[in-house]
Amino acid sequence: MEPAFYIAGGVAVLATLLMLTRLNVVHALLYLIVSLLGVGVVFFVLGAPFAAALEAIVYAGAIMVLFLFVVMMLNIGAHAAETEKQWLTRGVWTGPGVLAGILLIEVAYLGRGSYAALGTAAIAPKEVGIALFGPYLIGVELASMLLLAGLVGAYHLGFHEAEKPEIQHDTDTHEGRADTGGDLVLAGTDRSARTP
Amino acid sequence: MLSWLWLIPALPFASAAVLMLVGARLPRRATAAVGVGSVGLSALVTILVAFSFWSAPPAGDSYTQVLWTWIRVAVFEPQIGLYLDALSLVMILVVTCVGFLIHFYSAEFMMEDPGYSRFFAYMNLFVASMITLLLGNNLLLLLLGWEGVGLCSYLLIGFWYRDPENGLAARKAFIVTRVGDSAMMLALFLLFSGLGTLQIRDLMERASQQWPSGSTYAVAAAFLLLGGAVGKSAQLPLQVWLPDAMAGPTPTSALIHAATMVTAGVYLIARTHVLFSLAPAAQTAVAVVGAATLLLAGFSALTQHDIKRILAYSTVSQIGYMFLALGVGAWQAALFHFLTHAFFKALLFLGAGVIIKSLHEEHSIFRMGGLRREMPVVFWTFLIGGCALAGLPFLTAGFFSKDLIIWETWAAQGGHPALWIAGMAGALLTALYTFRLIFRVFFGPVETPVTNRFGYAMHAPLVILAFLAVVAGYIKEPFLTFLHSALPATIDAGAGGLTETGSEAVAGALFVIGVYFAYLFHLRNRSLADALTASPVGRALHQWWFAGWGFDWIYDKAFVQPFVWMANANKSDFVDAFYTGVARLTEWFYRELSSTQTGRVRWYVTGMAAGAVLFIAMVLAL
Amino acid sequence: MFSLGLTGLLVRRNLVFVLMSLEVMLNAAGLAFVVGGSRWHQADGQVMFLFILTMAAAEVAVGLALVLRIYHRFKSLDADVLSGMRG
Repeated sequence: MEPAFYIAGGVAVLATLLMLTRLNVVHALLYLIVSLLGVGVVFFVLGAPFAAALEAIVYAGAIMVLFLFVVMMLNIGAHAAETEKQWLTRGVWTGPGVLAGILLIEVAYLGRGSYAALGTAAIAPKEVGIALFGPYLIGVELASMLLLAGLVGAYHLGFHEAEKPEIQHDTDTHEGRADTGGDLVLAGTDRSARTP
Repeated sequence: MLSWLWLIPALPFASAAVLMLVGARLPRRATAAVGVGSVGLSALVTILVAFSFWSAPPAGDSYTQVLWTWIRVAVFEPQIGLYLDALSLVMILVVTCVGFLIHFYSAEFMMEDPGYSRFFAYMNLFVASMITLLLGNNLLLLLLGWEGVGLCSYLLIGFWYRDPENGLAARKAFIVTRVGDSAMMLALFLLFSGLGTLQIRDLMERASQQWPSGSTYAVAAAFLLLGGAVGKSAQLPLQVWLPDAMAGPTPTSALIHAATMVTAGVYLIARTHVLFSLAPAAQTAVAVVGAATLLLAGFSALTQHDIKRILAYSTVSQIGYMFLALGVGAWQAALFHFLTHAFFKALLFLGAGVIIKSLHEEHSIFRMGGLRREMPVVFWTFLIGGCALAGLPFLTAGFFSKDLIIWETWAAQGGHPALWIAGMAGALLTALYTFRLIFRVFFGPVETPVTNRFGYAMHAPLVILAFLAVVAGYIKEPFLTFLHSALPATIDAGAGGLTETGSEAVAGALFVIGVYFAYLFHLRNRSLADALTASPVGRALHQWWFAGWGFDWIYDKAFVQPFVWMANANKSDFVDAFYTGVARLTEWFYRELSSTQTGRVRWYVTGMAAGAVLFIAMVLAL
Repeated sequence: MFSLGLTGLLVRRNLVFVLMSLEVMLNAAGLAFVVGGSRWHQADGQVMFLFILTMAAAEVAVGLALVLRIYHRFKSLDADVLSGMRG
């Protein structure tokens, strides 16, 4: 009904799709930001201005910026694009695509039903605030503790960088662990009995 | 006094237990005291019980002492009960008294052996099991004693276990008697299922009431019991183990394989005589087995050169006489021969033990000689024993018992002239091989000098047994009357043509002939014996009889080799393959499943996504 | 959106992309919540979205710190390198 809804929604989906297929990380991040902003518009259209504001400020503004910081810090370099190209062959897309597609169809089937008209009455931030201070108070406290935990964890994990020695691990042992020879059972029996 | 009955088996059991637990730490004297003393005490109690039984016979001529009930399963309630009547009394007297003499002897005989306490533990266990066998009031307890003596026989034959030959001989004995034991167990099953009890007295009563003479049940049970008896008593066809059993120490051979265990079969048949009376076919079979065995063993004894093997074959032969007596219905005669045989055979074995040890482990009679001057006590006692075995008329007990049997084969209802001839032929053979032995060992030039000399501990039992071997014959009439209370009298068929005196005369004449020929071939002109064995016929016969008529060879080809072949063929055991197959299948699953654990996060997320898809699909489908 | 995010998660090997796809999925879930809240005219949907947002923030912080450590250690951002718990 609302054209803004469909356009914003379409932009979000398209941007996500493009994000997935980029070779360059920074490009992908930028597309992600576009997608998030699109979703924010959808929120606004649906009458949830508070959510829209949050989406734009926190998600697109803080979290994506954090992503960008880290990517810049990693300093991956140009050859990363080649590696990405190597990894993203045609065949790689089929399996997950099929799986996710089936999931989509199932959930869409589950969610079929009468579509009520999208509420035009917006839910003001004031209402959300009352809900937060009322029934969801505990949730707020828990969320704050979660944030604290995340803060401490991130700080701690990021701290010891310079001190640990660099350990090289072989990265090519993709075959499974060697066969035990399977003779856990026959360990005690007469070996010659097994030879015909 | 009769209530002390339980002490008779209990004392040796206790002593065996003590010796097994702490025997290795006791000094020799203490071990001997415990080992010999327990059997001595048991003998003493037996004598007291016998005196009490004899002077004041209990009601019904039997005394039962139930100690406790062994098992209770539905209608099956065997007890640990002791049953004393004339038959079992006679036998436990022999077992404990002769056993005591042999234990006394072996206290000195085994003095240097490192397994001293082990020896006495086994011997005591044997005596205890034998008494349990004899006193048991039900067939299950008898079976317990039966198995116990079989075990002790195995342990004692293979006493010097470090030599694998001894182990082989022990195994052979055990396996062959096992065949007999299986037959006996089948008999027990049959009897229980047919008559509902294993108590011997009830069994005999019910059998005589419920089973008509000649019924298949009775015949089957009797034949199976015969099978068991044949195994334990080393008769045809299971006689092959006794000669090899001489690998054990000489006191063992004396006690187990001469006087007591091998007579367990005789006891079994005598105890269940009602069944045999109900199955004339089986009883005839007993007589035929006895006759055949006594001849077969007699011929084999004639060719052996190991002194103990001669005596072993002689035992087989004499037990054949006992079976012969049982088979013709001369129950008391068989027991009388058992009594005298126990005395003189134990005497002969103990004497042989002294000879072997004195000549520093020399076993072959062809390397002995002239010992009558070197070892006079042994010579005279051995001579008395040999005469008893061969049946010197009127002076030795063996004459009385053996002739009684031979007479009964003619006169008794189950008798037959062919059996009489067999018995007489056996008597001739007995005289021949016995005096062959005596002339070779005690007369002629000294081949091996005497290197050890022994004291009274080993000579006193010889003298006592020699005395018994002489006088036991004179108690024939009272003895037979005494046994009438337990065994039925022999029924005379009144076959004319021969009187008892006439039969005895023939036997006496055969004795003289046998001694003369033995003298001829083995003392006067020894080269005659060599010439006889050198001739082609002589050599063939000699080898055949030496090998026990080829029974070992037959059994080896017919049973042992196929079995070994089968065991080899099944070495990898196809039954096991099923179980290892299960394990292998599990292992295969393990390998396959562990390869799904790749450690890659994306793979796991795929799994989760696939699971979610499936789950929702399931929800939707419902 | 969720399906797309799932696809991206399964396909891309670069750890940063993995985290980004994760963000997309979280966002999609939040979207569902807000739509639900709007449908029934309740503030609860937005409240849930707030919580999801909070959680996503914390998760990103920790996750990126981990990515830094992994890069420092393995010198690679390949998700398949991290397969030590094999077998």
